[in-house]
Formats: sequence, structure tokens, C-alpha cells
Amino acid sequence: MPGAISPALAQAAGAATAPLDVSLRINGTEHRLSLDPRTTLLDALREHLHLTGSKKGCGLGQCGACTVLMDGMRVKSCLSLAALAQGREIKTIEGLAQGDELHPLQTAFIERDAFQCGYCTSGQIMAGVACINEGHAGSPQEIREWMSGNLCRCGAYDHIVAAIQDAAAVSSSTQGG
Amino acid sequence: MHPFILERPSDLSAVLALRAQAGRNDAPVEYIAGGTDMVQLLQEYVRRPDRLVSLAGVLDDDIEIGPQGLRLGAAATMAEVAAHQGVVEQFPLISQALLNSASPQVRNQATMGGNLLQRTRCPYFRDVGYEACNKRAPGSGCAAVDGENRWHAVLGTSDDCIAVHPSDLAVALVALDASVELRGTGGDRSVPLSDLHRLPRDTPHLETVLEPCEVITAITVPATTAGLRSHYLKVRDRASFEFAVVSAAVAIETDGARILQARVALGGVGTKPWRLPNVETALAGADLEPAVLRQAAALAAEGTRGRGHNDFKIELMQRAIVRAVEIAGARA
Ligand SMILES: Cc1cc2nc3c(=O)[nH]c(=O)nc-3n(C[C@H](O)[C@H](O)[C@H](O)COP(=O)(O)OP(=O)(O)OC[C@H]3O[C@@H](n4cnc5c(N)ncnc54)[C@H](O)[C@@H]3O)c2cc1C
Ligand code: SF4
Ligand code: FES
Ligand code: FES
Repeated sequence: MPGAISPALAQAAGAATAPLDVSLRINGTEHRLSLDPRTTLLDALREHLHLTGSKKGCGLGQCGACTVLMDGMRVKSCLSLAALAQGREIKTIEGLAQGDELHPLQTAFIERDAFQCGYCTSGQIMAGVACINEGHAGSPQEIREWMSGNLCRCGAYDHIVAAIQDAAAVSSSTQGG
Repeated sequence: MHPFILERPSDLSAVLALRAQAGRNDAPVEYIAGGTDMVQLLQEYVRRPDRLVSLAGVLDDDIEIGPQGLRLGAAATMAEVAAHQGVVEQFPLISQALLNSASPQVRNQATMGGNLLQRTRCPYFRDVGYEACNKRAPGSGCAAVDGENRWHAVLGTSDDCIAVHPSDLAVALVALDASVELRGTGGDRSVPLSDLHRLPRDTPHLETVLEPCEVITAITVPATTAGLRSHYLKVRDRASFEFAVVSAAVAIETDGARILQARVALGGVGTKPWRLPNVETALAGADLEPAVLRQAAALAAEGTRGRGHNDFKIELMQRAIVRAVEIAGARA
């Protein structure tokens, strides 16, 4: 818990080490950044690239609000150091729609009213996209298990599961199966 | 996070050279692999290395099954190993333990090496707001012994530390006689997983037998344990995405309703992944009957010591063994 840090520790933490040149490939675009080595991928996205769609709920891997895709696989960006994400293909919620055309899961979230406050939503959608691509959206039980890394304080779970089922049906029909 | 210099060496010899400067466990130089535990500990100021050496790209992530058995490269992720067809078919205990661990996101990031060396979830260890934690600050005392110790160990404890080793994977691996391959400045060696972690005794800050600069390069599992009927039973406070209160890894060979040989290990109850040879001996030759299993499982209580809030684990772990053996025995 960041609040539990003593002032002495916080002060010591203020003394930054030499910045690193980091090149990040986000939603198809290469970004060159100069970052403190302590910068997480989530903070690089939010604070340096102003891509604030990915949210920080806990910063400790426990809530899933920061979920992004790395080389197509879902990860928690709060547990990745940005400098170690160099060379990887990163996709965030901002890169999901094609122009004005929403991703089927984004549409399904709207149609199913799968959120209340919306704080967990971008993480839920990125994790849900991966869940469908992995083939783990076969039943409500399977979706619940494979979406367990994403918490929703508003308790919109039933609608989230329904939205993922809808989008999974769309993706299997567009794949001809 | 405390400020650190991040090193990204491109080969293993450079990694070892960078780390060789450091002392044992509480070193100013530390490794980072998937980062899922290390970044948490950095965020919480529990670890404050001056230098962090990345293992990314220097260790292999191969998963191979050959005549000798299974070999998992240290960089293989939890997700890759859990989904590997050969692992699912021949070493299902490993796949089950992994699929019952963490979340899909964490499993995509976390590596085999990091999983075995993840630090305890003892809440006092992970919160620097508490002064007393011998593991974090040697000699400072143990806040858990007389504190909230529902999550803590009942086997292998000392008055100086009762923290549980949290890895599910390690419990499955220790039941299957796995070993770890190590590389250090002095060369390569192989250590049985059962010897990798130390008991806390009066030095709980020394957690493993690794030399300061040694890295885990691979995990090996002998072919003799392939194809056993097995089950990984994990009892936890919520249905998914939670560490074990108690877990049981069981692998048996049967002849009809009779057990020929059994392997049993427990998680959530030991200061290290805990194998139970006395229970295994009692199960060998036993019938798959509830009363018989119950009697064998009772031997798991030998040497246990509860500290109040965690007393219930002593009974729960025996029931977990019985249930896991029954489920393994019922498998085709
Ligand atoms: C939210 C959450 C829930 C979790 N739930 C579970 C669970 O239910 N069950 C479970 O078993 N685990 C669980 N975990 C823990 C998770 O499995 C570990 O964090 C992960 O396996 C660590 O692997 P890593 O590659 O990310 O290691 P890192 O965080 O990079 O490193 C961990 C430690 O290992 C050292 N290290 C890493 N690789 C090597 C190597 N090859 N040689 C030498 N030293 C090395 C590092 O120096 C560090 O000390 C959970 C984690 C999170 C964040
Ligand atoms: S049980 Fe071990 S890790 Fe937990 S407070 Fe005591 S010494 Fe620290
Ligand atoms: S902010 Fe990353 S999991 Fe909570
Ligand atoms: S919609 Fe509010 S946390 Fe999920």
C-alpha cells in the first residue's frame, strides 16, 4: 500500500537514477521515451504517452484494470517495467477499434450494459478479447474462471460474462465456425 | 520504488558477472525475470536493490519431453507450460497446479524460475509498516507468531518464522521428484527441488541453497513419474485467483482398487513445498477405501505445530489428501 510508506523511504525514492532510452511499440506506433528505470509499462502509457484508457486500480497485479495485450497475450501492465517491454508489440484499449468501428466486444459491453462506474472496463475488455482469442469463452463457467484476474467493484460480472459470450459468438460466426 | 540501475545483458555470462558482486539473499543486486513478484516487492519497498539485472532473453523457454523425462527452460511461462500438450498428457499434475495459480495475465508473464523463487505472501513480510519480520529484517522478530497467522505454516516452522512458501507449481514438482538446473560462476549443478528451499530455523532470510549469483536455467522431471494418475486439489478462500489455504498434490499408481505407490505433497501448510514420505509409505499397498485413506492421511499431522489462527489447517490438510487421492484414483 503506497500510503504505508514512511516519509524517509519516500524521500529516498525521489532520487532518480539515470534515465533510460526506451522505445515502445504501442498500437502499431513506435514511441521513443526517456524513462526512469522504475517506470512501469502502465505509468509509461498513462503518464508519458497520455494513453489513459488503461487504469491503475491496485498497481500490484491484483485487479486487472491495467490489462493490455503484449505480442497478442494479455498481461498486467502494472507488473511490467516499461524498459523490459521494449521490442514487444503492445495493444491498449485505444488501439482496439478500427477507426470509428468498435471491436465486437466493445459493442457487446454497451449493448449488455456491462459496467457501472467503468473503471475496470478497459481492463475487462482487453482481457475479454484475449479470453475469446484463446478459446476460453466456451461457457459462462469457463469465462468466469478465465476472467478471474479482472475484478469489478461494481459487481457487473453477470453482464460482463454475457457480453463476452455475445462477442465470442460473433467471432466464431465470422470465422465460419 | 527505491531507485535502481536496470541492466539488460544479452547473454548469461554477462548476467553472472553483474550479479557476482553481490552478497547472499539480501543483496543490492537482484535478478528480475517476468517481474510479477519482483515489481510488487519493489513497489512496496520490500526489496530495494541498487541494481536490477534482467534475465529476459538470456534463458531458454523450451519445453521438451524425451526419454529422460520433462525439461522446462527457466524462461518458459506458467501459461506455456500449463497448455503444453505433452505436459497435459504425461504430467497433468503440473498443468493443474499452474492453472490453479494466479490469473491468466500473470501466467502469461511469470516464468518457471521466478515461480520457484517467489517470496512468501506473509502480510507482515510484504508490509514495511511492520517492523518485526526476521525474513525481511533479520533479528527484528516475527510479527506472525503471535499475530494474525491464519495463512501461516504448521510444518517446518521455527519461532523465528512461520511463513508459507506460496508456489503451487513447487508442490506438484516436489511430488514428482523434480530437480532444478543451476548455473553460477563456478559452473553448473543440479539440485533436487526438495533441497532447493531451506527451512527457516533461525535464519529465515536465507531461503534457498542458491549461491549469490546462481540462476535457475531449467527444471527437470524424471520420466519415471510420467503418466501417473494424479490430482492437484487447491482449497482457497475464493473459487479462483487466490493462493492456497491448503493444497494437496497427489500422484498414484494403482492396480484396480489398490494403490501400488503414492506420491503426496502439500502446499499452504509448509515453510517449503512439503513432501510426506510417511503418508506415501502408508498408502502403498492400501485399498482406495475412505477409512484406509483417512488413516494414512492422519500421519501428515506428525510434527505439525499450529499457532492459533492456523490450527484448522492440521485437520483440513488431512481431508485434502484423502479427497485428492480419491479423485486421482477415480481417474481413468
Ligand atoms: C496477483 C497474483 C496472484 C498470484 N497467485 C499465485 C497463486 O495462486 N499460486 C502461485 O503459485 N503463485 C501465484 N502468484 C505468484 C506468481 O506465480 C509469481 O509472481 C511468479 O511465478 C514469479 O515469476 P516471475 O518470472 O514473474 O518472477 P520475478 O518476479 O521476475 O522474480 C521472482 C524472484 O525470482 C528470482 N528469479 C527469477 N527467475 C530466476 C532465475 N531463472 N534464476 C534465479 N533467480 C530468478 C528473482 O530475482 C526474484 O527474486 C501470484 C502473483 C500475483 C501477482
Ligand atoms: S512469518 Fe516469517 S515472513 Fe512472516 S512476519 Fe514472521 S518472520 Fe516475517
Ligand atoms: S493496476 Fe494492474 S492489476 Fe491492478
Ligand atoms: S464497472 Fe465499476 S469497477 Fe467494474
